[in-house]
Amino acid sequence: MSVEPVVRIIGVRKVFGLVAVLDSVSLDIRAGEAVALLGANGAGKTTLLKILATLLRPTRGAATIAGHDVARAPEAVRPLLGVVAHGAWVYDDLTARENLRFWATVGGLDAYADDLTVALAGVGLERVADARVRTFSAGMKRRLSLARVMLARPRVLLLDEPFAGLDQRARKWLEGRLEAMKAAGAALLMVTHSFGRELGIADRLAVLAGGRIALDTARGTLGPDDVQRLYAAHAEESA
Amino acid sequence: MSYARRALAVAWKDLAVERRSKETLNALVFFSLLLLFVFQFTLGGDRERLAAVLPGVLWLGFVLSALLALGRTFLVEREHDCWEGLLLAPGDKSAIYLGKLAGNLALMLVVEALVLGLFVVFFDIDLGRALPGLLVVVLLGTLGLAAVGTLFAAMTANVRARELLFPVLLLPVQIPVLLATVKATEALLLGEPLGAVGHWVKLLLAADVVYVVVSLLTFDVVLEA
Repeated sequence: MSVEPVVRIIGVRKVFGLVAVLDSVSLDIRAGEAVALLGANGAGKTTLLKILATLLRPTRGAATIAGHDVARAPEAVRPLLGVVAHGAWVYDDLTARENLRFWATVGGLDAYADDLTVALAGVGLERVADARVRTFSAGMKRRLSLARVMLARPRVLLLDEPFAGLDQRARKWLEGRLEAMKAAGAALLMVTHSFGRELGIADRLAVLAGGRIALDTARGTLGPDDVQRLYAAHAEESA
Repeated sequence: MSYARRALAVAWKDLAVERRSKETLNALVFFSLLLLFVFQFTLGGDRERLAAVLPGVLWLGFVLSALLALGRTFLVEREHDCWEGLLLAPGDKSAIYLGKLAGNLALMLVVEALVLGLFVVFFDIDLGRALPGLLVVVLLGTLGLAAVGTLFAAMTANVRARELLFPVLLLPVQIPVLLATVKATEALLLGEPLGAVGHWVKLLLAADVVYVVVSLLTFDVVLEA
């Protein structure tokens, strides 16, 4: 792992109306590192992810991706990002291959037919590459979303509940893909409120509560029960 | 090159989705048929009365269809959760605008061709010599409608009561286009040559250039807002 963080969040505050959703949040993520961001509903996890994704501006503080300020230089940040959001970003009436080609072109990538085939094979969708996405399950759409991200080879991957709605087999498969992207040097920030096996890919755990990072610790050998205990202790303390 | 490829990709995607789902097209064709039936019942067979109101009726049909089609332009992106994806696409966002405009223009022209055909049948009109000039006026008028409509559709896609706000914003801005198209269509249907309505065509051209340029320059800000 390199020493310099790829993602730096320094004292970020975000206020909606009179409500401060985030208050002085600071967090670093290095290349090849995965951080699981835990928190209750409404804790501000998705808000933080949207700030990093350049979709929201922080009220105060700063966040940088590879040295570029997300609020001041979003155009420099966006090519470095891969975002897997709640929605899969797919058009039901296009085929899987057409969806990938569209996002690659709009993203300014030179994606050739072979690249698309490789990306689809990488997520196990090569056999349904020319089927309309309308016929896909939620898990298949999630895979297609990941193929879109993999095609761009992002330096930073922002994942909002990536395992939501997936069965056990698909979860295991997604873990493998994310491990591979991590090994290739991508920095991962994974928002979740699950304490299941998906936390296995995380090198660090951060708990967001009361608008702050209440806990930031190496996952080490912590099991799901340990994580749940830690989470409960810090989340309740800060709430 | 990348700019043109991105614009083409957006236009291709919109048309492919519409060709396969036919969601907007089916609704527009049905709506246009309904309008023509209502006009036919209201106006009856009085030729003099018809001649006086036909240009306005024709453009009313076009504008109402356009309002329905353009209003959905960016709702499709929201329905597919793709709005954020477009926002995060690197590069000049005006390529997305151009692609959307091209897609809208193509869809509107298909519907207008159909409405015009039905119009001829319903009201027993002989377009004959007026057709080439009418095509020019329709093309320029539709471009003006689509140019601002695409921009305002993006502007209102994320607000409440967008169905009300969209026409309220769009129609006042369209006054020069509506005035020029209705007046030019009236003259052409009365048998005057295109040259005789040159001033209206120039107004349409000027409005189109202004609308497209302003939309291209402001689309990035509108999308990011």
